[in-house]
Amino acid sequence: MAEILLEGRDLKKYYPVTKGLLQRTVGWVRAVDGVSFTIEQGKTLGLVGESGAGKTTTAKAILLLEQLTSGSILFEGKEVYQFSRSQLKTEYRPRVQSVQQNPWSSMDPRMRVRDIIAEPLVVNTKQSKKQIRSRVLELLDQVGLGPADVDHYPHEFSGGQRQRIAVARALALNPSLVVLDEPVSALDVSIRAQIMNLLKDLQAQYNLSYLVIAHNLATVRYMSHSVAIMYLGQIVEYGEAEELFERPLHPYTRALISASVLTLPSDDEQEIQQIILSGEMPSPLNPPPGCRFHSRCPHVMDKCSRVVPELIVMGKQWVKCHLYG
Amino acid sequence: MSKIILQVEGLRTYFFTRRGVVKAVDGVSFYVHEGETFGIVGESGCGKTVTGLSILRLLPEPAGKIVGGKIILDGTDLLELSKNEMREYRGSMISMILQDPMTSLNPVYTIGDQIAESVRLHQGVRDEMVKEKVISALRLLQIPSPETILGEYPFQMSGGMRQRVVGAISMSCYPRLLIADEPTTALDATIQAQYLALFKEVQRETNVAIIFITHDFGVVASICHRVGVMYAGKIVETATTRELFNNPKHPYTTALINSVPRLDQKDDRLYSIEGQPPSLIDLPPGCRFSPRCSLAREYCHEQEPPEVEISDGHTVSCWRRD
Repeated sequence: MAEILLEGRDLKKYYPVTKGLLQRTVGWVRAVDGVSFTIEQGKTLGLVGESGAGKTTTAKAILLLEQLTSGSILFEGKEVYQFSRSQLKTEYRPRVQSVQQNPWSSMDPRMRVRDIIAEPLVVNTKQSKKQIRSRVLELLDQVGLGPADVDHYPHEFSGGQRQRIAVARALALNPSLVVLDEPVSALDVSIRAQIMNLLKDLQAQYNLSYLVIAHNLATVRYMSHSVAIMYLGQIVEYGEAEELFERPLHPYTRALISASVLTLPSDDEQEIQQIILSGEMPSPLNPPPGCRFHSRCPHVMDKCSRVVPELIVMGKQWVKCHLYG
Repeated sequence: MSKIILQVEGLRTYFFTRRGVVKAVDGVSFYVHEGETFGIVGESGCGKTVTGLSILRLLPEPAGKIVGGKIILDGTDLLELSKNEMREYRGSMISMILQDPMTSLNPVYTIGDQIAESVRLHQGVRDEMVKEKVISALRLLQIPSPETILGEYPFQMSGGMRQRVVGAISMSCYPRLLIADEPTTALDATIQAQYLALFKEVQRETNVAIIFITHDFGVVASICHRVGVMYAGKIVETATTRELFNNPKHPYTTALINSVPRLDQKDDRLYSIEGQPPSLIDLPPGCRFSPRCSLAREYCHEQEPPEVEISDGHTVSCWRRD
């Protein structure tokens, strides 16, 4: 078993909803509501869910771009919220980097590639210009670009190439963890495979840990070792990728898988029964009582709307659902 | 088999820009039956949206021009209609759903007004009748409590509901042909499944022919009866959805299918197509896919392959199809 690099414990992030002249707080949007997970060294955790499930807020909390309402983040066993500013600057931020979804907006259009990739090095290290230049070339080579590309601007590249530049920038400081927020969803189909393969190669080469956020289940299955399924600010099912996709337990996971599996048009007699959920995800401002999924669940029972389901461990997998209680 | 409602023959749409002629659609032919969904699948820039806009004759002028081909809808060549006649066709005979409902709906009009607009324009009905038709369009798309929705604005609705409203507008006059350009790309997975199931029902009820433009093979598999795969302005392969997945013949089709991770099987490594699609201003000689094709021979780089029907309804443009 690999060592745990980062652990999130009962993360909560509530945003206040204010009203009136005095901006009184009238309610809370519970974007992330009690989320726990671990990311192992050299492994990938996939975070799946639909928009509004709280995936990106979780990622932002790890990147310390959002202050949590409560909960703790442990990095190599140490509480990140107790780091001093200088500790954060030397021990945490350089080692946790990110690649954003949209390579058209994640780069300054007025900077050349060499400056984009060099920026983390200039800010965080005291290397000489010559050292930085050779490091930039090395990084470009690792992501499949060449020395001829350094003097160009982002607009001169295609989406896939830009995403490669973003990956090079994220790797500049030799991070331990890279947060990948929808790393391929803005790219074309034939380019996605190139980037996913590149990310996997880099992981193997540098023993990187990834937190992959995606709404596409197949992407997550391909990239991840373990998977967490999020619904309305909570993780409803968690497990090793193989097991979870072979034997999904939570009705929401099953519906998601059913919506993403390739079903060919079959002869009418044996039409495959797809699980179609009714309704939409409720507002996190006012989540349903009991199990948050009960308003859309095809297996809803009496107690689902009253009792919050406990966490049930089944082997390496766990699930929050009354079906298994 | 039901009758062919739309026949596109050798359609060529070019954009005349300062940097040169962009051959966005360069000799595209296909047909759609009544009550059938024909998928056009391809990557961005392959010309699938321009094909849709060409059928509606809604190209950005003066740069975009249809320079050749025929678009025959129920016996009439749309390219020979005057501008006014074409206006009559849009909305009533052909309609379109775009990708992003937030930009295709007007934020300052109510849902009722926006659906009523096309009903008034094309069906020549007034007042109470309009309201009735609007409500029946909302019902067709299974929008809950249509009477209250009428007075709401787009911002009050979720993305999935908005896209249903867009569907209601486009179906309000019961068109013969619906062009859906990536209608589910902006939706979440479970909402997308809802929407696709809904569209199958709408189609069964109205017998509308649908051209479904997408880049997502999962969507193709679940809704399309037949598919055309587009690459750099041409349809390189056409077949029934089943045949295309089970027996793809064009190397581009095969590569695309293999480069998409599957949920029902564990892949250790995805197949990836090297390089990028060519610029439509400066197309490679010979087969357009040849610079990226692993099977390419010398002659592939020199001569363009003809479209050959290899079995009933399965056509492919490739020298190395065997």
